[in-house]
Amino acid sequence: MKPIWNDTKEYDLKSGKYVKIWQGPQHPGVTGNMSLELLLEGDEIKLLKTHVGYLHRGFEKLMERRKFINCFPIVCRICVPEPDTNEYLFAAAAEELSGIEIPERAKWIRALNLEMARLGATVMGLGGQAGSFGLGTIGQWAVAHRDFLLDSFEELTGGRIYHMYIVPGGVRYEIPEGFEGRLEKTLVKIEKLLSDIDKVMFNNAVFKSRSKGLARIPKDWIEPFGINGTTARASGVSYDVRKDHPYLIYDQLDFNVTTGTEGDVYARTELRREECLLSINLIRQILAKMPKSGPVRTFIPDIMHWKIPAGETYVRAESGRGEYGYYMVTDGSEYPQRVHVKGPSYTHAMSLLEKLAEGNTNADIFGIMVSLQTYPPEIER
Amino acid sequence: MKELIERLRSKFNAKNIKEQRKNFVFITVEKKDLEGCVLYLKEFEGYGHLTLLTALDWIEKDQFELVYHLHNYSNKTDVSVKTFIDRKNPTMVSINNLWAGARVYEREIKELFGIDFPGCPRVNDPFALEGWHEIPPMRKDFDTKKYSEETYFPRPGRYTKDNVAQMEEQLYPVEAEVKNGIAETVRKK
Repeated sequence: MKPIWNDTKEYDLKSGKYVKIWQGPQHPGVTGNMSLELLLEGDEIKLLKTHVGYLHRGFEKLMERRKFINCFPIVCRICVPEPDTNEYLFAAAAEELSGIEIPERAKWIRALNLEMARLGATVMGLGGQAGSFGLGTIGQWAVAHRDFLLDSFEELTGGRIYHMYIVPGGVRYEIPEGFEGRLEKTLVKIEKLLSDIDKVMFNNAVFKSRSKGLARIPKDWIEPFGINGTTARASGVSYDVRKDHPYLIYDQLDFNVTTGTEGDVYARTELRREECLLSINLIRQILAKMPKSGPVRTFIPDIMHWKIPAGETYVRAESGRGEYGYYMVTDGSEYPQRVHVKGPSYTHAMSLLEKLAEGNTNADIFGIMVSLQTYPPEIER
Repeated sequence: MKELIERLRSKFNAKNIKEQRKNFVFITVEKKDLEGCVLYLKEFEGYGHLTLLTALDWIEKDQFELVYHLHNYSNKTDVSVKTFIDRKNPTMVSINNLWAGARVYEREIKELFGIDFPGCPRVNDPFALEGWHEIPPMRKDFDTKKYSEETYFPRPGRYTKDNVAQMEEQLYPVEAEVKNGIAETVRKK
C-alpha cells in the first residue's frame, strides 16, 4: 500500500543550498519547551522535525506506583492552562470502573469548572495567536483577562493554576456565596475584550494578510492525521465531544457546534473566538439551570485503601484544543495498572505540524504552531 | 453494534468481547489478524479515526498488550482492538500506511516499551528521552526509584537548619570555634 505521507526525501546539507536552524526549546513563541529543527532553503521550510522531551516527567509511570487519590496532584500538571479536564477525566474513569454515581449538583459544578477552564485557556490562546503575528498588545490584554478568571478559580477552588477541585465522588467544596455575581462581572469584561479583539485583530490588515490561506488543512487530512477539536471544526468536520458523546450535563444545555470552511489559521482563530462566546453562554446557562441545593460529594470508600475492581475504560472530554482522553486499566489492587493520557496536542504537534510546515516560511511557523494549540507536556507526559 | 460484533467474530475470530458502554466495545484478536481487522474496520465499517494506540506490560503473563482504539464519526461508536504479543521478542506490524499519525505512537512505544515496528519511518529516533541506555522505562521491571537513586544525588546541603550557627561558622570561623569550644567545655563540666 502506498504511504499517505511520504517524506523520505534526503537533503544534502553540504551542498550549501540548505541551512539547518533550531527554534527552541526556550523561545518566546513556543508554547512550552519544545524545539523545532528546521531545514530551510532561503526562507522556505523544507523539513521540520519536532523534538519533545524537555518536560518529560514520566507521569504515566509515576501513576502506576501511586494510589488513586495520590494521582490527582499529578494529572493536573499534564496541562497547565487547562488542568481541570485532566482531573475530571481521571475521576470519571475511576468512578466508571468502581461504579460510583456522583450527585446531580456535583455534575453541574464540574461542568461549570470545566467551562471556566476552557474559557481561560481559549482567551489566552487568542492572545498567543495575536502575539505570534506581532500584535503583542492583545496578548497582554488576554493574559490580564485570564487573570480575572483565575481570581474566580481561587475563590471557587482555592488554587489559581492547579485546582485539584474535582475529586472522586464529586467536587471538593460548595460554591461560595455570591460567586455567580462576581463571575458574571468577569464574563462581561471578557465579552468586552472580545469586541475589542474584533476591532484590532480580526479587522487588522496585517493579521488578515498573514493568516488567510496560511497552513490550510484539507478535510481529507482529518482522519489520517487524527485531527480533532477546533482544528478539525475549522476544516468543516462537525465533531464536538460535548455534542456527540455528552458527558456530565451537556445534554441538558442548549448549544450548537460551529464549524468553519477554510481550515486556515484565520478560520481557526475566528472559531476560537466563537468558542469563547460559546463558553460564556454555557457558563450562564449552567448557573441558571443548576439545582440550587443538594450534596456536592457522595460517599466513597476509605480513600487511602480504595481498591477499584479489575477493568478497563476510555473516557473523553472536550478540552479547549480538542478531544482529551484517558485510557485506564485496573487490576483490582490499590494502584492503577496503566493510565494512558491522550492529549489533543499529541498528533497535532508531532505529525500534523511537521506536514503543515513544509513550504511555509520561517516567520510563519509560530503562527501555525499556536493556531494548532500545541502544548508539549501533553505530548511527552 | 451487535451485527458488527458478529461480523468481527466470524471474520477475525474476535474473542473476549466486552461492551463497556452501549456504543463502545473491547475486542481481542490474534496478532496475525490485527492488521486485517484494523484495515477492515477502517475501510468497510467507517472507523476512520485512530484515537489512540498504546501498550501495556503484563509481566506476570510474559506478554505485551497493544490497544488500537478506533472511532467512527458517523455513528459515534468506538471499537478498541487489542492483541497480545510475546514479551521476549516484541515485534509488531506497523500501521503507518493506514494512518499518518500512527508513526508518532509507534515511535513512542518503541522507546518506552521496546516494541519494534519494522518499516515505520523514523521509528528509531529518540522521542522524549535522549541518550537512554537502560531498559525501556515503561516496562514493569524498570525500577524508577533505583534508577533515580543511582543517577541523581541530593546536594550536600547544610547539616544544621539553624541559620545563626551556619552564618557564624561561614563568616566568623575563629570566633565560632572559640564560642563553641567554650560552650563544649562548660557542658563537659
